[in-house]
Amino acid sequence: MHIFKFIRPTDAAAAIAAAAQSKTAQQGADVRFMGGGTTLIDLMKLNVETPDRVLDINRLPLDKIEATPDGGVKIGATVRNSDLAHHPKVQKDYLVLSQAILNGASAQIRNMATVGGNLLQRTRCVYFRDTAMSCNKREPGSGCPAIIGHNRTLAILGTSEHCIATNPSDMSVAMAALEATIYVQGPKGSRAIPFADFHLLPGNTPHRETVLDPGDLITHVTLPPPVVGSKQLYLKLRDRASYEFALVSAAVVLTIASGRITRARIALGGVGTKPWRSPEAEGVLTGKTANEATFRQAAEAALHGAKPQSENGFKIELAKRCLTYALRTAAAS
Amino acid sequence: MSDDDPKSRPPSPTRRKFLLTSGSGVAASLVAVYVPALAERAAEESHTDLTSAGPNIEGAVPITLRINGKDHKLNVEPRTTLLDCIRETVVLTGTKKGCDHGQCGACTVHVNGRRVLSCLNLALMHDGEEITTVEGLGTPEAMHPMQASFLACDAYQCGYCTSGQIMSAVALLKEPCGPDDASVKELMSGNICRCGAYANIVEAIQQVRKNA
Repeated sequence: MHIFKFIRPTDAAAAIAAAAQSKTAQQGADVRFMGGGTTLIDLMKLNVETPDRVLDINRLPLDKIEATPDGGVKIGATVRNSDLAHHPKVQKDYLVLSQAILNGASAQIRNMATVGGNLLQRTRCVYFRDTAMSCNKREPGSGCPAIIGHNRTLAILGTSEHCIATNPSDMSVAMAALEATIYVQGPKGSRAIPFADFHLLPGNTPHRETVLDPGDLITHVTLPPPVVGSKQLYLKLRDRASYEFALVSAAVVLTIASGRITRARIALGGVGTKPWRSPEAEGVLTGKTANEATFRQAAEAALHGAKPQSENGFKIELAKRCLTYALRTAAAS
Repeated sequence: MSDDDPKSRPPSPTRRKFLLTSGSGVAASLVAVYVPALAERAAEESHTDLTSAGPNIEGAVPITLRINGKDHKLNVEPRTTLLDCIRETVVLTGTKKGCDHGQCGACTVHVNGRRVLSCLNLALMHDGEEITTVEGLGTPEAMHPMQASFLACDAYQCGYCTSGQIMSAVALLKEPCGPDDASVKELMSGNICRCGAYANIVEAIQQVRKNA
C-alpha cells in the first residue's frame, strides 16, 4: 500500500478545502475521502488507488436519516447501509431500496459501507483490479483486455470500445428507480444532482465515472415523497445465493389502478456501465394493462440495443427474464 | 487457589509460542519484519496490562483503542488495518486473516457492538472506539454461550474461520433475523468456511437462539 497521511477534518469545510487540492476526484485521486473503507481500502491494498492523503469523514455530522417537509427522506452521506435498510420509513415507503441494500454484500460490510461510498462503488472488473494488466479506466489509453478476455460478468448496456466495466452497486439501482437526488458541497458551493446525471458513461473517458470534481463532498441524498400505493421490488440474480455481485438485477416501482399501469420506474443492475435506468421500459409499461405480454414487451425494450461480449451474451435473455419476473411479482403483490 | 484455577497451573507453551521459539530461525527468514515483534510480544504475554505498543516509525500516529474492555495506547502507522493492529501490535491472534480483501469474514470483530471486517478498516479510524475480539467473548473456562454451542455442535473442522464465524453469530443475535435456518444462512453468508461446516454452524446458532 502506498504511504499516505491520515487526516480527520474537523468539519465539512475543512474536508472540502483539503480535497480541493487533489488533481482529480476520479481514478487515481491524490486526496480521498474515507467512508466505510470497504471499496477504498481494498483498492489501496491492490495499489489501484494510491492517495497521498486520506480524509476520514466518518465523524462529520452526516449520519442522519430525516423526513423532509415534502414527505420524502434525507439520507446523510455517512449513514451505514444496514441502518438505511432497516430504517422504518425506508422499509415502509421505499421497500425497493431496503431490499436492494440487503441483497448486497454481507452483514459486516453493510455495517461499514456508507451511502456516499456506495454511490462511488468501483467496478469489480478483474482487469481494473489488477495493476499488472492494461485498463483504460485505471490507465487511460492503455487498452481494454476485457473486450477480448474474461468478460462474463461485465456490461452489455452503455459500453464503449474503451470500457465494458459493470457498475456493481445494488443500492444505486434502487436509487435510480426512486429518482433520488444527490447533494454535493464543493469549493464553489452546493449543488443538487439528479441521480440519472450523477454517473457517466465510459465513452472515451472511462476513468471519469461521476460528475464530481476535486473537493466535491457528497453530503446527503434525498428521495422524493413516496408514491402512494406503489408496488416495489428488487430482484437480484447471481452465481450464488448470497454475498455475490449481480449477474443481473431489476428494481421496479409500479403504480397500478384498475389493472392498468399508471406509473412505472425501472432500473437494472449488473448489466450497465452505470446504474441503468430504463425510460424505454417505463414508456412501454405506462398506460398499458398489467399482464405478461406487457411485461415481456417492456423487458424487450429495456434490452434493446444491448451489446454482448464473447462471454456475457446470456445476460441479455437473463435480464429480460429477470425484469419480466420482477414486474409480474410486483404487480401481484 | 484450587488446582482448576488457570492462574495456579504451570505455564504450558502454546502452539504459537512453541513455533515462535523453536522455529524462529526459519520463520524469521520468511517473515523478517513481523516475527521478531511477535516473539517479543509473546514473551510479554504473561503481563497483559499492555499500555503502549507499536513501532516507533515515521508517520506513526498515537491512538487509543479500547479492546475487550482494556485501553491500549498504540502508535500506528496510517496503513495499518485494524486487523493487523489487533494481531501484530496488540498480539491478540484469535482474529484471523483469511483473504485480507473483505471476501471471507475470518477477520470479523465488533466495533461499538456491531460486526465489521477488520481487514477493510484502518486502525486509525477507530481511535477511542470499543473493539471486541473473540478473546473478549469468553475464556476456555467460561465460554460465551455461542462458543459453547459451536463446541457442542462440532461447528468447525480446521477452525481457521471459527473466530470470525462466532463473532458474526454473536452479533446476529441482536440483529433483525427471521426464525428459520434460511434467515440465519443469509445473515451468515459473509463468513466463508472452506471445510464446509455450514450445517453445524447454523445448528449451533439456532441452539443459542432457542435457549435465549
